[in-house]
Amino acid sequence: MNSLKRFAVILLLLQAVALPAKAEGLMMVRSQLPFEDALSALEIAIQDQGYAVTRLQQVNENLAKRAYKSDMYRVVFFGKLSEIRPLAASHPDLIPFLPLHITLFAEGKDTIVLCAPPTDLEEWYPDPKLKPIFEHWEHDMRLILNRMQQQKSL
Amino acid sequence: MRRLNTLLFLFLGLLQVNAVAQASADGAKLYAEHCSVCHGENGTGGIGVPLALPSFQAAIDDDYIRQTILHGRPGRVMPAYGYLGKAQVEALVRFVRAWNKAKKPLTFPKTPIKGDVEHGAVLYARDCAACHGARGEGGKGTGVTMSRPRDLPLMPPALNNSGFLASAPDAMIELTLMQGHEGTPMVSFLKKGLSKKDIDDIVSFVRNFEKTPLASEAKLVPGKDSPIIVRDSPYDLKTTLENVKRSIGDNEYGWGRVQTLEYGMTSPGNENKHQVIIYFCNIPFLNKALAIDPRIGMFLPCRITIVEENGKVRMMSINPKVLSRLFNNSELNELCDKLTEDYINIMEEAAL
Repeated sequence: MNSLKRFAVILLLLQAVALPAKAEGLMMVRSQLPFEDALSALEIAIQDQGYAVTRLQQVNENLAKRAYKSDMYRVVFFGKLSEIRPLAASHPDLIPFLPLHITLFAEGKDTIVLCAPPTDLEEWYPDPKLKPIFEHWEHDMRLILNRMQQQKSL
Repeated sequence: MRRLNTLLFLFLGLLQVNAVAQASADGAKLYAEHCSVCHGENGTGGIGVPLALPSFQAAIDDDYIRQTILHGRPGRVMPAYGYLGKAQVEALVRFVRAWNKAKKPLTFPKTPIKGDVEHGAVLYARDCAACHGARGEGGKGTGVTMSRPRDLPLMPPALNNSGFLASAPDAMIELTLMQGHEGTPMVSFLKKGLSKKDIDDIVSFVRNFEKTPLASEAKLVPGKDSPIIVRDSPYDLKTTLENVKRSIGDNEYGWGRVQTLEYGMTSPGNENKHQVIIYFCNIPFLNKALAIDPRIGMFLPCRITIVEENGKVRMMSINPKVLSRLFNNSELNELCDKLTEDYINIMEEAAL
C-alpha cells in the first residue's frame, strides 16, 4: 500500500470515528406539538413501526384524584406478539422490561417524549442473539422519537 | 493510476473540509439534537436551566459553557457530552453564546481567588445555604417549573459538584455574587451589604468544596447488581397473584389493574395466561418522585409480572436502584433505593 492510500484509509477511519455516538442516559426529544396532539402522533408513529399500542397509562389523572397538581402525563406501552412471545419464552429474564414503553408529558406548550435506550440492556444480557433485537428496538424508538421531534402539526 | 490517486485525495480532502464546516455550522442542529429537550428551543428552560436568561449570559464566559458541555453535572441531570468532537462543542458554545447581548463578552482568568475559607463558611451558612444547600448540594427538583408547582422559578445549582467546579472559575463565582442574576432569586451580595472581601471569602469556601465532594456523586458509579428483581413463589399463579395484591396493600400501595403480558397484541383468547402483570401505585410517593424528576415516568406505573412455567411460579420486576443511573439524578437515587426495597418486600411477603 503506498503512502497516499494509507493516508486515505486513515482519513476514512477518522471520518468513521467522528460520527456522533450515543449519549449517556435517556433518549429524549422535545415535540412542538401540544400534549393531546403529541399523544395521537406518538400512537400513530408507534403503529407505523408495526407495533400494537397495548395500554395508555394515565398519570396526571391519578395524581388529580388525590388533589396533586400535574400537567398532562402518559406512559404508552406497545409491542409485537411475534417478538414478545418467543422472547419471553427464550429469555424470561427480559419479561420485566416488556412490553416496551415511551413516556410523554406536557412541558409548557411543548411535549417531552422519552424512553430508555434498549441497547443499554446489552450490558446485562450479553447473549449475541439478543443484540440485533435490542438494536432493532433502539432503531425503531429513535425513528419514533425523531418523527415526534420533527412533526410540526398532526 | 496517479490521476485516480489525486482524485481520491481531493475527494477525501473535501470530505474532511465538509465535515469540519458542517460541525462548525451546525450549532443550531446540535442544540436541537442534544439540548433543546431540556433547555427549551429558545433557551427558556424546562428540565434544564434557562440558558438564554440575559443576566446568566452576562455573568459567564464561553469556557463555562464549553466545560459544562464536557463535564456535565454528575448527579444533577445534565449529562457530560465528552464524546462530541471539538468542532461540535465549539459550534454549541457559539450557538448558546449568541443569546448573550453584552457588547463585550467576558473572559474570566483561571487564577484562584484567595479568601478566608473559615469566614466564608460562616457567610455561606448565613446567606447561601438556604438555596444552595448546607453542603452545596443545590436545590431540589429539576430546572424551572412548567409541568408542576415548584417553590422557586429556577433550581439553585449545586455548587459542590465536580462539573460545576470544573466549569466555573473563581472570578465567575465572584462576579455572580457581586451582580446576582436578575430574574432569579440570586441577588447581588454587594447590594445585600457584603464587602468584596466577604464575597472572596465565600468564593474560597465554595472552591474548597473540591476537597469535600458529596457522596451522592460517587453513588452514580454503576454497580454490579442485577437490573431485575426475581423471587420464586411456592404457590400457583392464581394464589400468588392474590398474595401479591394483599402484599401491595400491606406496603401502602394500591393495585389498579391486572392483565397478561400479551394484552393488546392479540385476541384475548390467544393471550398466554401464564404471564400476568399487576400494576400498582403509591400516589403520594409518585407525586414526590415527579417533583424531583419528571422523567421518572420511565418506571411508571409500578408493576410485577408473575410467570408460571413448567409448574414453577416466579415474580419479577425491574430493579429501580440499578436503572436509576439512567437519570443522572442523585436526588432520585434515594427514592429508587426505596422503590427497590418495596418491590422486594412485596414479593417476599407474597411468597410467605
